[in-house]
Amino acid sequence: MTGCIRGISGSTVWVEGLKGLRLFERVRVGNAELTGEVVRLEGERAVVQVYEETTGLGINEPVKGTGSPLTVMLGPGILGAVFDGLQRPLEQLRAEMGPFISGTKEVSALDYKRSWEFHPLKSEGDELREGDAIGYVEEGAFRHLILAGASGIISWIREGSFSLGEPLARLGSGEDVYGLQEWPVRSPRPYRRKLSPSVPMITGQRVIDFFFPIPRGGTAVIPGGFGTGKTILEQTIAKFADVDIVVYVGCGERGNEMAELLEEFQTIKDPWRERRLIDRTVLVVNTSNMPVSAREASIYTAVTIGEYYRDMGYNVLLLADSVSRWAEALREISSSMEEMPGEEGYPTYLASRIFGFYERAGIVETLNGDVGSLTMILSVSPPGGDFTEPVTQASLRTAGVFLMLDTSLAHRRHFPAINWSQSYSLYQKELKKNFSEKVSSEWEDLHDRCRGLLQSEEELREIAEIVGKEGLRDEDRLLMEAVERIRTEFLCQNAYTEDAFSSPEKTLKIIKEIIRFFDDASEQIRKGILYEDILKA
Amino acid sequence: MRLAEYRYRTITSIGGPLVFLERVQSVRIGEMVKLITPDDKEMDAQVIEIKGETVLLEVFGSTQGLDLEKTEVIFTDSAKKAPLSEAVIGRVFNGSFKPIDGLPMFLPEKWVPITGRPINPVARERPSEFIETGFSVIDGLNTLVKGQKLPIFSCSGLPSKEVVAGILKNARLPGGAGRFVVVFSAVGLTFYEYAFYMELFNEMMTSFTAFVNMADEPTMERLLTPRFAITVAEYLAFEKGMDVLVIITDMTNYCDALREVSTAREELPGRRGYPAYMYSDLASLYERAGRIKGVEGSITMLPVVTMPEDDITHPVPDLTGYITEGQIVLSRELHQKGIFPPVDVLPSLSRLMQRGIGEGLTREDHRRVSNLLYSNYAKGRDLRRLEAIVGSEGLSEQDRKILAFTDTFEKEFVNQGIQRRGVIETLELGWDILRRVSLV
Ligand SMILES: Nc1ncnc2c1ncn2[C@@H]1O[C@H](COP(=O)(O)OP(=O)(O)OP(=O)(O)O)[C@@H](O)[C@H]1O
Ligand SMILES: [Mg+2]
Repeated sequence: MTGCIRGISGSTVWVEGLKGLRLFERVRVGNAELTGEVVRLEGERAVVQVYEETTGLGINEPVKGTGSPLTVMLGPGILGAVFDGLQRPLEQLRAEMGPFISGTKEVSALDYKRSWEFHPLKSEGDELREGDAIGYVEEGAFRHLILAGASGIISWIREGSFSLGEPLARLGSGEDVYGLQEWPVRSPRPYRRKLSPSVPMITGQRVIDFFFPIPRGGTAVIPGGFGTGKTILEQTIAKFADVDIVVYVGCGERGNEMAELLEEFQTIKDPWRERRLIDRTVLVVNTSNMPVSAREASIYTAVTIGEYYRDMGYNVLLLADSVSRWAEALREISSSMEEMPGEEGYPTYLASRIFGFYERAGIVETLNGDVGSLTMILSVSPPGGDFTEPVTQASLRTAGVFLMLDTSLAHRRHFPAINWSQSYSLYQKELKKNFSEKVSSEWEDLHDRCRGLLQSEEELREIAEIVGKEGLRDEDRLLMEAVERIRTEFLCQNAYTEDAFSSPEKTLKIIKEIIRFFDDASEQIRKGILYEDILKA
Repeated sequence: MRLAEYRYRTITSIGGPLVFLERVQSVRIGEMVKLITPDDKEMDAQVIEIKGETVLLEVFGSTQGLDLEKTEVIFTDSAKKAPLSEAVIGRVFNGSFKPIDGLPMFLPEKWVPITGRPINPVARERPSEFIETGFSVIDGLNTLVKGQKLPIFSCSGLPSKEVVAGILKNARLPGGAGRFVVVFSAVGLTFYEYAFYMELFNEMMTSFTAFVNMADEPTMERLLTPRFAITVAEYLAFEKGMDVLVIITDMTNYCDALREVSTAREELPGRRGYPAYMYSDLASLYERAGRIKGVEGSITMLPVVTMPEDDITHPVPDLTGYITEGQIVLSRELHQKGIFPPVDVLPSLSRLMQRGIGEGLTREDHRRVSNLLYSNYAKGRDLRRLEAIVGSEGLSEQDRKILAFTDTFEKEFVNQGIQRRGVIETLELGWDILRRVSLV
């Protein structure tokens, strides 16, 4: 069936004469066969979002349905790849069309020519249920499990080398099982049940692990104005986080940042394995100058990939920079479809879309009874640094960890510029216990002492602003000095130095030293020794 | 391809820069059209929306002289393109790429659409080569590198053009570099500023190309001017291997033009009436800066943004800061103290600095001295406020040292006038000031 274009505005195209279309079906638009998705059906008319640059698209050009929705290809070869928002492999595009992206080359996300070794875990005659692993492929350091998409009795199973187009097993019903599956990006992948997050994911950032810990399967948001350090924080966590797989989405941000990330990840070693970082990473990149509607799709492409590895029982971390650019893409699309706008022009369904996306994080019991997790850390870029705007607010309502970046800290080059009095982690109590058990029983106590000092210092600072520091009592001046050390030696962490990663043991050691310094000096003051003399010593 | 040149006379309405045309048979989005007024004036327009047989056009010149009955519309079947050739160097054009230097138009080697194509992120070379601007505040604390986009945030009445002029005169590329050329794009420039820049270009020995849209010229042309400039820059950089410095002044005028079209289209306004898609639109300009793997040239961008009401959270500087790799912020307070360049280092930032400095690039102690200067100055600025309340008796000795440093830093390090300083001299001066107030 072919329809034809009756109207074009931005990335939105009105199509007539295409019967039998389904909502969210993928369509090919115009003579250039641009990729589009049906977003509204009105009788004979359909509204289509085009995922590529529409300039040059003409009225009356043909539109064809494909019968299937927008999907992601899942299979071995994803790790280490760089995809655009529609999962087109960017290295391949570069090889085929040079340094600039143009046109609409159909390029397969995964390489069908590459040969893989299949190691079966099941035999002929075995019964298979959906989600069972029939075998695995070595993908770098990882066992890439091949999970069955259907149930039945195995009548044949392969062993040894294969390429992605070839079946790996056959069921009694005659159905083949492949090492490759397509999954609709907007549908969460199934699992048996969600578990409650209780194990910390170590980020290596002291202020996070110590004060605002993130559990495996949790969601953290990082809102902050421009230049407050969202990207550096996300990239640093991407390097060091204690997880198996990292999916990083550059959503509507800078090209140079992605070049930097890529170059570093290709050279730096994975801190937890004898491999390069890139070997545990998937990059999904749709920079600010790439098509807006593909930007909207990019985070779904990424999260589906994340869920796929979660289903193999891995701990996956998804970092997105920035959710605001995704929301803005949603707004641009909504407004070109002439939908009724809600707050600040965002569509009224903004919050529900945000919830729907954030809810795809979690620690789950997979279909085959294994446990896997998908943790999300998402940056938010509020206009004018004003946190009352809709994207920040909707994010706050669902995320368990809120890391508020503070412009005034950033301007002092206090990085990471996480405001320690306004940020929170809803999991803090539970995870604190966990750290106490795993790292040291002193963790909880030191945590509470440190918090107490920071609070007292805030009050003291107000007094000092009236009477001057010289007007304070010795013990108060000591407290201010201790907190200054907490700020500069403990809370600050320069991403460009060795200190970029701090193990929980190191974190504990630093804070313990500062608190001990404070206790010892307090003792001396009590004995009548002057503050100045203590500092000199 | 449409062969016959059909002339439509079916305009149904004209409002601001927008024209509605009916009963159009064949048309593409983004296609250029020619409008011919009854008195035979030609103007350019672009198709921005198609609904059935009704087409919405955005006119780039002034719409004066258009009418509903006699004006004719011709479709060209192609997008807006720029003529390219190395002969652009040394020439001055208006905002629509017509020569205004009295010389005839050059013979183009080719024509290329001005919207450009996105650089594939994996084809980008990470920018890392230091550009010496000659200003201590920039070279020492907010280092510029080749392929960076670093805007200057100014306020009305501050000497942003003198800062730009200083950079243009003094900038040195690493190792003398290959061919260096400036592409200058003036957007809504006053005559006074225009004269200033033209004089500067004549004085300078560097090659340049200028695209000039003056304050009294059509607003809509402002949407084209920077795109012509950047298209030329891409050609010179990525096809001819030159190092191109693109200066666009003033981006605030560009954004105002964008707002005007958006208002005329009755689009839902975003913050302060600017369209909701302004982020993406600005990114489509700024992101064209950079370097490409295996290609010699580079595009470095220095756009000037005037912050309305001195407000850095205003959408124009705000969205710019969200796209560019840092910003150089000028301060009214420093200007009033007579400091030139009046750069406030605290809100200023160069995000690509880390890669461009250090051993083999500038000097091995660069990072250390810049961190020291920065942190002491940040503390000093806080202390100034405290001192105003509690007096200097309330401060500790260390605090008083930092205050002394803060003053000297502004007076000597920031305030250098138009004298050029090499980066080594800058680093030495930094140490010298720190030593003088015994902070090191
Ligand atoms: N942990 C850190 N250590 C040292 N420097 C840092 C750190 N975090 C941020 N910075 C500095 O701050 C600059 C801005 O950080 P970053 O690019 O992450 O900001 P951002 O919040 O992502 O801004 P935008 O919203 O504009 O993308 C960096 O270029 C770097 O100079
Ligand atoms: Mg960022």
